[in-house]
Amino acid sequence: MSNDVALELKSVSKHFGKIQANKNVSIKLRRGEILSLLGENGSGKTTLRNIISGIYFPDEGQIFVNGEEVVIKSPQDAYKYKIGMIHQHFKLVDVFTASQNIVLGLNEKFIMSQINAKVMEIANRYGFKIDPDKKIYDMSVSEKQTVEIIKVLYRGADILILDEPTAVLTPQEIEKLFTVLKNMRDDGKSIIIITHKLNEVMEISDTVSVLRKGEYIGSVETSKANQSELTEMMVGKKVELNIERTEVKHPDDRLILSNINYVDKDNVAILNNISLTVRGGEILGIAGIAGSGQKELLETIAGLNKNATGSIIFNNPKKNLPVTFFHKTLKRVKELAQEGAFHYEDGTAVDFTGMTDAKIRELVNDGKVLFNEDEVMDLKDKTPLQIRELGVRLSFVPEDRLGMGLVGNMDIIDNMMLRSYRKGKSVFLNRTIPGSLADKVIKNLEVATPSPRTMVRKLSGGNVQKVLVGREISSAPKVLMVAYPVRGLDVNSSYMIYNLLNEQKENGSAIIFVGEDLDVLIALCDRIAVLSNGKITGIVDGRTANKEKIGLMMTHTETYEEETAND
Amino acid sequence: MVMFLIGTTGIAIALLLGCLGETITEKSGHLNLGMPGIMSIGTLGGCYGATLYVSWFGEQTSGFFVIIFSLLVCIFFSCLMGLIYNVLTVTFRSNQNITGLMMTTFGAGITEFAMTKGDFINKSSVAVVSNYFKTWIPGLNLEDSWLSLFIGRGILVYVALILAIAAGIILNKTRIGLNLRAVGENPSTADAAGVNVAKYRYIATFIGSSIAGIGGYYYIIDNLSGSVGSYPNIVAIGWLSLALVIFTLWKPILSILGSFIFGALYILPTKISGISLAQMKIFNLLPYIMTIVVLIITSALDSKENQPPASLGLNYFREDR
Repeated sequence: MSNDVALELKSVSKHFGKIQANKNVSIKLRRGEILSLLGENGSGKTTLRNIISGIYFPDEGQIFVNGEEVVIKSPQDAYKYKIGMIHQHFKLVDVFTASQNIVLGLNEKFIMSQINAKVMEIANRYGFKIDPDKKIYDMSVSEKQTVEIIKVLYRGADILILDEPTAVLTPQEIEKLFTVLKNMRDDGKSIIIITHKLNEVMEISDTVSVLRKGEYIGSVETSKANQSELTEMMVGKKVELNIERTEVKHPDDRLILSNINYVDKDNVAILNNISLTVRGGEILGIAGIAGSGQKELLETIAGLNKNATGSIIFNNPKKNLPVTFFHKTLKRVKELAQEGAFHYEDGTAVDFTGMTDAKIRELVNDGKVLFNEDEVMDLKDKTPLQIRELGVRLSFVPEDRLGMGLVGNMDIIDNMMLRSYRKGKSVFLNRTIPGSLADKVIKNLEVATPSPRTMVRKLSGGNVQKVLVGREISSAPKVLMVAYPVRGLDVNSSYMIYNLLNEQKENGSAIIFVGEDLDVLIALCDRIAVLSNGKITGIVDGRTANKEKIGLMMTHTETYEEETAND
Repeated sequence: MVMFLIGTTGIAIALLLGCLGETITEKSGHLNLGMPGIMSIGTLGGCYGATLYVSWFGEQTSGFFVIIFSLLVCIFFSCLMGLIYNVLTVTFRSNQNITGLMMTTFGAGITEFAMTKGDFINKSSVAVVSNYFKTWIPGLNLEDSWLSLFIGRGILVYVALILAIAAGIILNKTRIGLNLRAVGENPSTADAAGVNVAKYRYIATFIGSSIAGIGGYYYIIDNLSGSVGSYPNIVAIGWLSLALVIFTLWKPILSILGSFIFGALYILPTKISGISLAQMKIFNLLPYIMTIVVLIITSALDSKENQPPASLGLNYFREDR
């Protein structure tokens, strides 16, 4: 019954260089059916979506629309075959009305009243709520999505692809969207919904197709599937990786986060009551689907996200280390001395009574005054610069590596200097120390670069990453936060980064490792906290962790109390 | 009073054409700071066309053809400048601000060179052609009556007003205008919707450059009755038109009103007797101060409508997503 099949992919493959993004994917989408495309990050969902919508061209395989083989070379071709794409990031012009956006680029009569009438007809048919004359900038996220969907329907799409449609919606809005999608299905439209949320898959779809690491795993009818079965298809069996995990020595509670909440400007809760302890000498893994709040959590700790609420207590390991004026005024130092918080190198208590301010300054600046105990402070009161100087280092390697850590148009030495240029006393910059640091990073991490004077922008992604991670590690941080540090790196470089992290762990750093590969997280981390929708759904011990359970925790919002490691 | 109003309209039309050209260009997302240069080059082209035509056919000729011919040469020269801008920013993706500023210096310099070189422009030919532009309705002579403010002005005055109204309608009421605005607001969205971003930007810049070039030519051929020597003022008028675009909030219809306000301020100090040079300069400053005030008011109101096109000054290329 080929006539029933609206869209069929036959063994479609796509490479990007050495990376196999899609391998032998075969999918059948029947008319009047909702198909979920399920998979983790990097499983090839986006590539497949781009192939269907004409942005990429497949290396191998065939695409059939309504039983006929087609070649989709551009988004316009996709429209021709009545395939409509609803992007995750809306493509709308802010200062236009809904209708203006809907008809943009079409060649037909431009009479607003007729266009509005047709828009309303589509809306009423499927149960959308829309005001065709409302400007996009006045709309909520859900209304914008409605405009996007009507836009493709207006262009006559019979096959709709929705990319993560529920990621930005509230539960009520999701319910409405699903009602509309079901109406559309009953009207004979075929819908592909790309998602990683299992409960939604179960609720909305008729068929589930699972991708894992670019490979097509299989399709099942939703009514015959259960969640744990799907999770196993999605994450696969545990793979043994030969990553060393050193024993945790003398763990001390370095960072204590309690009740961190963060609501973004669209009123979406990004972080939801997060409480977490990060220990020195330990690697804490953070697992979760991309966009579950990992970035915001790290930024909050680094002091870059001042809108978050809650407390971040930092136990600064200062015992027997000299006092500095960086975070304290002279007055505060005197007060602390009065409380008996300091001692001299020989062990006698510090008493400043009777000394002139100049004398006290001299003693402190010479490093003669030492702390008795670790310092306890709330990072929420500190500026990002102060937090950084305390030894809390953020090495964030998001999609845009050059965005937050390095300056693309500066060379490696100057990028090293970004962390230290304030230290010199002279007006002129001293390039000797950053220069030797650059040499060291290049040598130790085997950065492939013509010289330390090469602009970072010109290095390959993996090398850029090594420069960034190398610089952050070089400062012997007390807390090191790395996000996706091995993304885009080859196997050898990845292992090099893992070893560096282990080295820092032995030196007593507290390490937060945000990763996407569950096998790596399980092999490397001592504890793994799982984030789902901005909530911590569980903390498991890396030694006993089980991939399927982490996978379930990543896709659910309930907390798994029994999984929490209580050591 | 009539003289003052006639003087105001004279300057206002030059400003209006410059402003209109820049508005159309900016609606496509191109921040063309080369307008003063383009207006200079347009003037040069128009005057050159007039010189050529008179040298071929003599002074007694058909007014219609000399007007059309000199305007075509003016448009051709302006479009050459537009082409430089388009090729640099669209095809080679160079920075729009720098390209524009370069073109202003370049255009003013070339004009200076050609105007002073002597035999390139024939001053008396331009003065002759100027008459055809000004008295295009034969036998009409209203002297300095009130009527002369409305009837019997040079042909380009009416062309400018019609262009402004047409631009307002096209931008806001037609599909072409919708597509053009989408290109200036959010080129990747326009691209995904099947609008050819490069084509729209090229054409908008050509049209904008042509209109602005005519504005410069108008200033010499009509407002100053063909006195070629005043060409250095055109750069000042070009900058004033750029300020006028902001002052009128990228709205062609509003720019008719705005150009008359700016024109009045421009002409006012020359009509007040016993005013010192320093005081004149204060008057010359007023349009810019008013523009700053408008900018402050629109920012303070945080109005989404009265803002520059969102992607103004940003080059677009698809792979950048």
